[in-house]
Amino acid sequence: MLRFTVRRLISMVFILFAISVITFMIFNVVPGGGSEGATLRIAGRASNEVTRAQVKKDYGFDQPVYVQYVRMMQKTLSCELVSYSNQTNVCEEIKRGIPATFSLVIGAAIIWVFFGVLFGVISAMKAGKFTDHFLTGMAMVGISLPVFWLGAMLLYYLTFKIELFPPGGYEKFSDDPWQWFYHLILPWFTLSVLSIGFYSRLLRSNVLDTESEDYVRTARAKGLSEHRVLSRHVLRNALIPIITLFGLDFGAALGGGAILTETVFGLQGVGQYAASSVGSLDLPPVLATTLFASFFIVLLSAIVDIAYAFLDPRIRLEA
Amino acid sequence: MSDAPLLTVSDLHVTFATEDGTLRAVDGVSWELREGEVLAIVGESGSGKSVSAQTIMGLTRGSNARFEGEIHYGDHELVGASDAELRKLRGSEIAMIFQDPMTSLNPVYRVGSQIAEQIRAHDDVSKAEARERTIELFKEVGIPNPQERIDNYPHEFSGGMRQRAMIAMAMANEPKILIADEPTTALDVTIQAQIVQILRNVRERLSSVILITHDLGVVAEIADRVLVMYGGRVVEEGTLDDIFYDPQHPYTWGLLGSLTRLDEDRPDRLPSIAGMPPSLLARPHGCAFRPRCPHAIDRCLEIPELESRIGVPGHLDRCCLEPESKRALRVVHGRIGLEAEVS
Repeated sequence: MLRFTVRRLISMVFILFAISVITFMIFNVVPGGGSEGATLRIAGRASNEVTRAQVKKDYGFDQPVYVQYVRMMQKTLSCELVSYSNQTNVCEEIKRGIPATFSLVIGAAIIWVFFGVLFGVISAMKAGKFTDHFLTGMAMVGISLPVFWLGAMLLYYLTFKIELFPPGGYEKFSDDPWQWFYHLILPWFTLSVLSIGFYSRLLRSNVLDTESEDYVRTARAKGLSEHRVLSRHVLRNALIPIITLFGLDFGAALGGGAILTETVFGLQGVGQYAASSVGSLDLPPVLATTLFASFFIVLLSAIVDIAYAFLDPRIRLEA
Repeated sequence: MSDAPLLTVSDLHVTFATEDGTLRAVDGVSWELREGEVLAIVGESGSGKSVSAQTIMGLTRGSNARFEGEIHYGDHELVGASDAELRKLRGSEIAMIFQDPMTSLNPVYRVGSQIAEQIRAHDDVSKAEARERTIELFKEVGIPNPQERIDNYPHEFSGGMRQRAMIAMAMANEPKILIADEPTTALDVTIQAQIVQILRNVRERLSSVILITHDLGVVAEIADRVLVMYGGRVVEEGTLDDIFYDPQHPYTWGLLGSLTRLDEDRPDRLPSIAGMPPSLLARPHGCAFRPRCPHAIDRCLEIPELESRIGVPGHLDRCCLEPESKRALRVVHGRIGLEAEVS
């Protein structure tokens, strides 16, 4: 167990390192990017050669690529990284976006797991009947609706046409819990609809597969109540693959994968910050947010692997 | 051994509605099980033997299954019984073990706890007491180191031990009937012998056993009476001696003839019954075995009745050939068998 954790930590470091290098390289080859693009951005389009040369020197753009990389990583890790577009500290900006992103994602995750599992189980229990067809249809709709379209529609109809909800923005929990909650209802719904559809389909199929397993037949032959067969035998096994998926989904969303939802609703979270920095080809925030997201994905993936070993005794960690 | 039957199956029909048509898995089957006896139900895959047995416990119920007929156990009528009624009987008075012990135990729970679960489902006992009983059961079925073994997971058991654990689980509440559905099929021959011995002990102790199998060797070891099923119907029924020494139905001859014997020369080809078992969706008219039977005559186009044709009351069969000619026809190469070629 300890060996496993140490190995994972080491591989985490390698992965993050690789991602930082790749992101840096991509930035350097993208048109409008690289040190040329950055110089332009910082000095301004109307600047002259002298200013630009000065900027290059100040920012170390005249150094070889790997030196630039090392300097940027140093600044990132010591939280001194500054954006090229404006003079803000990237680290601070990310910190400011965290409450919104975490509130959105954690809330949505709870909703999508709860309803995904609930609808999946109901669908499976009533397989082939009307309820199943109905829920399947809803799931398909949920999966097919583009998040930004759904968000925009909800904003239009429920905050503009009928002023039922606030038109976006994030209220801090410490300022006003009710407002915090109220502002998050639509974003939560928008973000979770896709996942509810997906998870309910997945769970339905896992439950149906598990139901046809021999050990479920044995459980029934033992005379156990249907409730016990379902919860202790069927679900306990059907949920295991879902947990792996959830860990990765959650990690990705937490690290800034809720970009579209944040942008549509103007939540000023880490995702929105990442989106706008990519739009303006601003390397420091792009690098930092990418690493931020990767960190969570890699961390959650390691946690999921450990959890899997607890949940399924057939898996041994030190293989 | 008392005379009143423990379980009576009367004219049971089980059909499944499938996309390809109606599948008649069990087509008018009647038999009885007495106390303390081992009844073997023998047949190929698709003969309806597993479905009849699983129907006793209501395990074949589903949205596309239809049932007719009755199954009587004590005061209960099982075909029409409610799920709640069946649940009370399952595991406590009628228990079942299945073919594949590898997959019949839940892989994420310890073996001991799965047995304790069965005990506590029917008996109001404490966890500690259930654990004690589980250890005792393990000893009875011959699992070594029961104290440690009950905390193992199924994948830590070998196949034979898993089947022993399954038997221990089935016996936990001292049921009156144990249904064993191909208990030895997935195991090595040496392990099979051990399992058969355990089943014998089970019968000694308290239960009647319904043994479903296609392995006549196992039947010879342990059965008192034998039911031969084919195409969803019983084609022959009798005591062990009746079936092995005086079989009346060509299908039974075929089954016996396909056994390889140590006391004879090796045949060039293993004897088998030509042809395939009938599709249960579209069964042939009349006797279900007619297409594969080298002795078929025109009368076989009508379904023969299951009755006693040679004056032995418990020995019934569904073959309309004359008993005298049967005695001659069934001897192939000096032993009981069916002709290799269908003429």
